[in-house]
Amino acid sequence: MIELTHVSKCYGKESILNDLSAMIEKGKLTACVGPNGAGKTTLLEMISRLNRTDSGEIYINGGEVNEWNSGNLAKTLSILKQSNQFTMRLTIKELVSFGRFPYTKGKLNEYCHEVIERSLVQVGLLEQADQYIDTLSGGQLQRALIAMVLAQDTEYILLDEPLNNLDIKYSIQLMKIIRELVDVFGKTIITVIHDINFASAYADNLIAMKDGKLFASGPVNEIINAETIQSLFDTEVEVIERKGKKVILYY
Amino acid sequence: MKKILFTGFLLISILLSLMVGVMFIPINHLFAPDETEKLLILTLRLPRTVSLLIAGAALSVSGLLMQQITQNKFVSPTTAGTMASARLGIILAMVFFGQQSLLHKTLFAFVFSIIGTILFAHFLKTIQLKQSMMIPLVGLMFGNVIGAFGTFIAYQFDLIQNATSWLQGDLSLISSENYGLIYITLPLMLMIYLFSHYFSVLNLGKQQVTGLGVSFEQIEMIGIMIVAIASAGVLLTVGNIPFIGLIIPNVLSLKSGDHFRKLLFPTAYSGAVFLIWCDIFSRIIVHPYEVPVSLTVGVIGTILFLFLLLKGERA
Repeated sequence: MIELTHVSKCYGKESILNDLSAMIEKGKLTACVGPNGAGKTTLLEMISRLNRTDSGEIYINGGEVNEWNSGNLAKTLSILKQSNQFTMRLTIKELVSFGRFPYTKGKLNEYCHEVIERSLVQVGLLEQADQYIDTLSGGQLQRALIAMVLAQDTEYILLDEPLNNLDIKYSIQLMKIIRELVDVFGKTIITVIHDINFASAYADNLIAMKDGKLFASGPVNEIINAETIQSLFDTEVEVIERKGKKVILYY
Repeated sequence: MKKILFTGFLLISILLSLMVGVMFIPINHLFAPDETEKLLILTLRLPRTVSLLIAGAALSVSGLLMQQITQNKFVSPTTAGTMASARLGIILAMVFFGQQSLLHKTLFAFVFSIIGTILFAHFLKTIQLKQSMMIPLVGLMFGNVIGAFGTFIAYQFDLIQNATSWLQGDLSLISSENYGLIYITLPLMLMIYLFSHYFSVLNLGKQQVTGLGVSFEQIEMIGIMIVAIASAGVLLTVGNIPFIGLIIPNVLSLKSGDHFRKLLFPTAYSGAVFLIWCDIFSRIIVHPYEVPVSLTVGVIGTILFLFLLLKGERA
């Protein structure tokens, strides 16, 4: 379980996160939603210690994040940042093997190869494993990166807008992979999602943020209603139900 | 099979380098030399060949490491101000401590090349250059500014001839008396090998690397120190050999990609062999005279560099 208590962060005078407290349930897919500049990415960075908190504590499995040894943290929690651009030519397999670094510091043992292959199978890139990443489409690259995070084999996975630049087909494909990781492999995944409908359709829990503050949090069904979404995004919406899923219409 | 071929080619290159020069030593004499030949081999040809092998490998690997740290294919000790800074350090050491003090020259070269490279790396972080091609050009300018500063000081203290000779990569003056410093690059190359997995993951960029539990800054700093000291070590013995750190890794990566550790040995090997052949060529083209090896490398390097730039432009 990840627990955030009174977390705050400022850049100069600008407050990015303001006294945010939340719980992230184990074995669930939690989607972090909210308008631009709400502090969603910063929140992910704080949990993964890429960015320090100004005040407040973040507990991962009971230990405060800053107390964690960085090697152990890398075996417990992985993060995939948004917009990964590569100037260097690597093969998919080389990229994915970087995920094993926290365990073997680069040397790959038999178990590593097993995990790498399994990760490639999960994202459907096993056959293209020796292809260079500069030849891949946006969707393939994103799946390759997900495979790298999978190879890191951590209990918690943080994804910062994984659907960015993906068309509907690849977005759905990726969300299904993420869903499977939670349902079949018992991972705890926290992802920032821009499209509220994807969050509604695939996530278990929502953390809604606005202006650096927690706006609402809880199971999807409790959070998604016209009133909450309307004031979260300052936009008129209508919520309808289809096949047991709530769909938000905003135009 | 491949290994035998590559080792064989290396041995042939070494033997040829021992044979060729003003006085030709036939291959059967190499193993049973007379007095003169023995003297020639031990004091000149062998130190020269060892220097070529080490300098070629060290400069190429330094270039590869620098490209890995900056994630830019066109950065090398020549195009990041490292060489120019080391030269400035040598000139200052000569001004303050006289021309003979090798210890001071060495220390100053090390310190200045480290500072210069860190400055350039910091500079790269502060300004975000849109085109990756701009980075080596800015680096060349940076190096030229430092170089001009060094030349100015050298003029003031009547050291210009001496300072210019440092800049020119030339092995005709190498002898068993003065080449020892080149060995300092060997432990540095070993360090690069030991840290190679850490350098490899730098491809992922700062944040993603941090997520793997690696301190990006620490690895970056270790890399810069190694490159700077190795380049200064080569500059102090062999002189400046431009472009080799740039073209060798780039040509190799065309075929085998950019995985740092996988490129490490091929880069060291190709750099060493390339430099030996350039030097052999330099020794026979105007026989019995010779041209500086930096000239040969410079000509071949410039052509390849332009080719790579244009190719990069198209991609």
